[in-house]
Parts: sequence; C-alpha cells; structure tokens
Amino acid sequence: MSDGKQVGIVLVSHSAEVAASVAELAKGLAGGTSVPVAPAGGTEGGGLGTSAELIAAAAASVDRGAGVAVLTDLGSAVLTVKALLAEGDELPENTRLVDAPFVEGAVAAVVTAATGADLPTVEAAAAEAYSYRKV
Amino acid sequence: MLDADFFRRWMTATAASVDREAERLTALDSPIGDADHGSNLQRGFRAVTATLEKEAPETPGAVLTLAGRQLISTVGGASGPLYGTLLRRTGKALGDAAEVGESEFAEALRAGVDAVMTLGGAAPGDKTMIDALVPAVDALADGFGAARAAAEQGALATTPLQARKGRASYLGERSIGHQDPGATSSALLVAALTEAAGE
Repeated sequence: MSDGKQVGIVLVSHSAEVAASVAELAKGLAGGTSVPVAPAGGTEGGGLGTSAELIAAAAASVDRGAGVAVLTDLGSAVLTVKALLAEGDELPENTRLVDAPFVEGAVAAVVTAATGADLPTVEAAAAEAYSYRKV
Repeated sequence: MLDADFFRRWMTATAASVDREAERLTALDSPIGDADHGSNLQRGFRAVTATLEKEAPETPGAVLTLAGRQLISTVGGASGPLYGTLLRRTGKALGDAAEVGESEFAEALRAGVDAVMTLGGAAPGDKTMIDALVPAVDALADGFGAARAAAEQGALATTPLQARKGRASYLGERSIGHQDPGATSSALLVAALTEAAGE
C-alpha cells in the first residue's frame, strides 16, 4: 500500500483508438475504478505513430505521487518512452516503462493499482501477464 | 576548433539534405518498412532548424541537445528517439564548452552512437543506422571526408544483410537485397559534416 495514493497508468499505442479502447477495457474490467489511466495514442496530428508530447502530457495527468507505470505496444512507442526516461526530465519522477503485453498487462496493472498497490507490485502484475498461456 | 555555428550549420545542412532525399528515403522504406522514413525525418529536421533559429543556443553541446530533444518530440516514428538520443547524448558529452576540438567531437559522437545501440539493442550487421554510424565514428580521426565515405560505404553494405531489428526484421530473408533506410539517412547526417566544414 502507498498511503492511499494510486499508481497512475499510461497506455501508449501507435493508434489513438487502440490506446483509448484498451484504457476503457482495463477500467471496465477493474469494475469502475478511480485509478488514473490515460491513453497516449498516435501522433499529435491524429495519425499512426508515437508522440512524445502526448506521452508526457498523459504521464503528468495520472501522476498522484505514487509513481506512473507506462505500457506500450511496439517499435517507436517503446523507443520513445525509453528515450524520454533515459535522457530527459519530461516524465514525472518515479515513472517506469513496464515490460508487459499491452492488453493483458493493462488490465492486470489497472486491477492491481485499484487495490492501492505500489509501483513495483503493479509492474510485477503487468509483467506476469506474459505467463498466461492461452493454449 | 568547432563552435556552435559549426553545429548549427551541420543541422541546417542535414535538414536540406533530408529535404532533397526525402522521397528516396521513403522509397527505400516502402519494401521493408512502413514508407514514412523520409517524411518523418523531414518533419523532424525542419523543426530542428526552426527551433535552433528561435532559441539560438550558444554552445555546441546546447545546439545538439536541443536538436535531439526536438527530434524526439516531432518525428513520430522510431527514428525520432534514435536520432534524438544520438544528438542529445553527443551534445551532453560535449558539455558547456564554447568550442570543441575534432577529437573531442569524435569521442562525444561515439558516446552518442553507443547510446543508440543501448536504446535500440542493435549491433553492427543488424541492417540498421548503426551500420553507417559505427564506421563513420571509426573513420572520424581521419577527418570528416573519411567519415562521410565510411558512412556511405556502410549504408551500401546493408543491402545484402538480413534485418534483425525493427519492423524490417519481421520480413526475415525477404529483407535481403534492400538498402536500409536508416543507414542511408545516417550517411546523409555524416555527409552534412563536410558541408558544415565547407569541405
């Protein structure tokens, strides 16, 4: 537990629709939670791609002081978050890129964050989603 | 010695070169990528030129750090964080000096290239921008002209390689026979050094 503050979740996809829908799905499956979740999908112009500005704005909007977990789809989404974390001061302190499958990881992260879990616990729950075999 | 104006000219020359070659970069990116490399870099380096004019950074390190940050913000594809990290890390390695020697620049650029390899996980031979940048940094001790030739040679040498990083890697053996767009744009960046130096 982290003194009532919830971990924020940022969902970064090449597509604005994918990011927004996965955010809606994760919140819905978590049962109407108050966990701060923000999508950062596509480019600022509305195309497919990654926007550092949208990611930074989303991270700032979900930061409640308990850390921010960022989940991404692939390619430039991963590289942009890593570049922002490695080089700059654009993201809130205690922001982490979480190595997890995008949809399953987002659900696990939001459900876990809703319990008031801290950032490492949210991160572990999201990463564990890799191990849910389907066949 | 290389001053802030030299690095500004480097960025301006790169932007002009990317403008001239944007269609070719996108054409190279069509069979093995998502056909946006030219337009993405064009948008990025135009923004770099504009922000350098507006903010007028006064040291070599500040020019490259600002340029890198701008690329990360505006490119929208994987080349944004990759080129952005290259320039930003190189700029940070140059520190606050008003002028830097060519050997200091070579060392700083090597730190930038190392940071790109760490970020993207690519090694030489993976058919990426690294295949132009590593030979260029190795040749930089012999001057900008030598670095330019090494980068161009490195880009050409990506054609027979199979891609092991990025979207092109999904194509497996079908990526063989195409020159890598990232290595090609990296060669443009290195070639612009000779223009900035008036060679």
